[in-house]
Amino acid sequence: MAAAAHRKSTGLIVLSTGFVILWLILAAFPFLWTLWGSFKVQGDFFSRADWMNAIRGPLTLEETGARFTGQGYWGAWIESGFWRNVLNTGIVVMATVVISLTLGTLGGYALARSGYRYAFWLLMIALVFRAMPHITLVSGYLLPFFEWNLWGHLPTTIIVLVAINQPFTLWMLHSFFLNIPKDLDESAMVDGCTRFQSFRLVIMPVMWPGVITTGLFSFLLAYNDFAVTAMLLSQENQTMVPRIASFLGSTQQEGNVMFAVAAVVSATAPLFVLILFFQRQIVSGLTAGAVKG
Amino acid sequence: MPHRTFFWFILPSLTAMILFIALPIVSVVIQSLHVEHEQVLEVVETCGPFGCTEETRVDTEATRALREAEPLGRFNGLGTYVNRAHLATEELATAWAESDTWGAFGGRVMNLPFYKALAFTLAYTFLVTPLVLVLGLAIALGVNGLPQRLRGVTIFFSLLPMIVTPLIGSLVLFWMIDADGIIGATLQLLFDDPDLSLKASPTLTWLTLFVYGVWHSAPFAFIVFYAGLQTVPEETLEAAMIDGASRWERVRYVVIPHLMPLVVFITLIQLMDNFRVFEPIVGFQAQASATSLSYIIYSDLRGDTQQFGSAAATSVLTILGVAILLTPVLIRTWRDFNRKRV
Repeated sequence: MAAAAHRKSTGLIVLSTGFVILWLILAAFPFLWTLWGSFKVQGDFFSRADWMNAIRGPLTLEETGARFTGQGYWGAWIESGFWRNVLNTGIVVMATVVISLTLGTLGGYALARSGYRYAFWLLMIALVFRAMPHITLVSGYLLPFFEWNLWGHLPTTIIVLVAINQPFTLWMLHSFFLNIPKDLDESAMVDGCTRFQSFRLVIMPVMWPGVITTGLFSFLLAYNDFAVTAMLLSQENQTMVPRIASFLGSTQQEGNVMFAVAAVVSATAPLFVLILFFQRQIVSGLTAGAVKG
Repeated sequence: MPHRTFFWFILPSLTAMILFIALPIVSVVIQSLHVEHEQVLEVVETCGPFGCTEETRVDTEATRALREAEPLGRFNGLGTYVNRAHLATEELATAWAESDTWGAFGGRVMNLPFYKALAFTLAYTFLVTPLVLVLGLAIALGVNGLPQRLRGVTIFFSLLPMIVTPLIGSLVLFWMIDADGIIGATLQLLFDDPDLSLKASPTLTWLTLFVYGVWHSAPFAFIVFYAGLQTVPEETLEAAMIDGASRWERVRYVVIPHLMPLVVFITLIQLMDNFRVFEPIVGFQAQASATSLSYIIYSDLRGDTQQFGSAAATSVLTILGVAILLTPVLIRTWRDFNRKRV
């Protein structure tokens, strides 16, 4: 970089750094604040008198004898059985990611290698499908699912989430497959592989970065979903997000808000860890669609 | 790739999409043309010492049997579409005839549930999308000016609002703007008004939801723009500088044109995502002053009496909205595609 060309006035540096700092506070503070507050009692976190109470925690000290309390977490995980919802989320999300990637790599590979016009049209149809609001699809499912006794079960939700994720998964994997030179599978086929063998033994080993990135986004889509899981799961099969929404119905009782706060922090923690380890993949995934697109 | 091989590779994925995306759309259309059976009435004659009286009452048993036998209900044509909860053609006509000014007409239209939801959805979509683009670009330019070492940390925290579950993100903010929460209490102090509440007035609720929308989506625009900024051609920037372009002119005439394809991409994704705005309304418990198309479908579907026909009619209208929104993009892509082939 030519240093002279990029020298900035001090005023501009201060302005732009200040702006970034302001943004960082806006982005991160709500989560840090809630994390801190989840270890207090309701009277401190929602303090009518003075917001400093949430930091010093006089009521927490008075009610529990310590500056921090795990009451909210105990109440949510044990008393309200939130652990069951966490388990359900784990099952649903894992199964969705694995099935999505299996179907998506097969389809994405075919779309990337077929030069015909219909491959383009399939991608366009997938784009239109991606735009469908999920709740409109749910309103299509409910009545048939009730009639055929499919409603309320985890496998139904898993397969629905897989299908809803497919358009996005196909687009992303398709653009990753386009990056792998055609010569690679063609030379494998000259050596006597079938199309499937060359896909399985030659292409997939070099596709792992793309598969991991796409898997991350499938994970996020399934983990963050509310419309499908809230409407298609019965009470005992509920996952975390709809359960948190139903905690709110019982917030009138003193202390129960803190159950919801603790549950919210528990549900955010895995996402936090996810960004920590996979930041580079998330960034490259977000831009993959844009650059090819 | 031969057609046969292509078919077998794409089959599982295509089956899933046809079964759970294409067919539900068909199912929604069919449901929207039907309405639940009316209650079965029976005439009962009760004879007492003073003669007989005829009485009409609901036959619960028969009603239940009929509803179970035909869960879809009876054919209603476009009846559901034009009723008060949807397009409300009659109410519109009376409102038009009776109102003298545009304002009065608008006020009456905004009392109709479908139009109220449509107005919020459109306002949200077309306000949040451009704001996300502007804020995202500003953050990207700011971060691009930071020393290399600090960028990773900045990106980490910037990703949070986007990655975190929308319902959870909106709840976190909702607790903070609560009258007893930190932002809500501070605002009351600042304006010296103990009754100030962001939840009470419709205008403030709309504003809160817009702010949430920008907060949630800005990281996405930021990351995409930031990646784009890394590929701005250095020579063009230098040439512009030799020609005497100021810093702002360089951004305006070199950087922004270079990022234009990304603007199109972000706009497309944002239009699709903002049009289905739903979770923040649940999270902020804003349904009294702001509802969206997705939200009214959701509230039709839950509760003791699920109104499948009504939800389906709104769904069809929403899908039509998505189609209108996407048409320019599809036409453009189709033209590009044909140009490439020629």
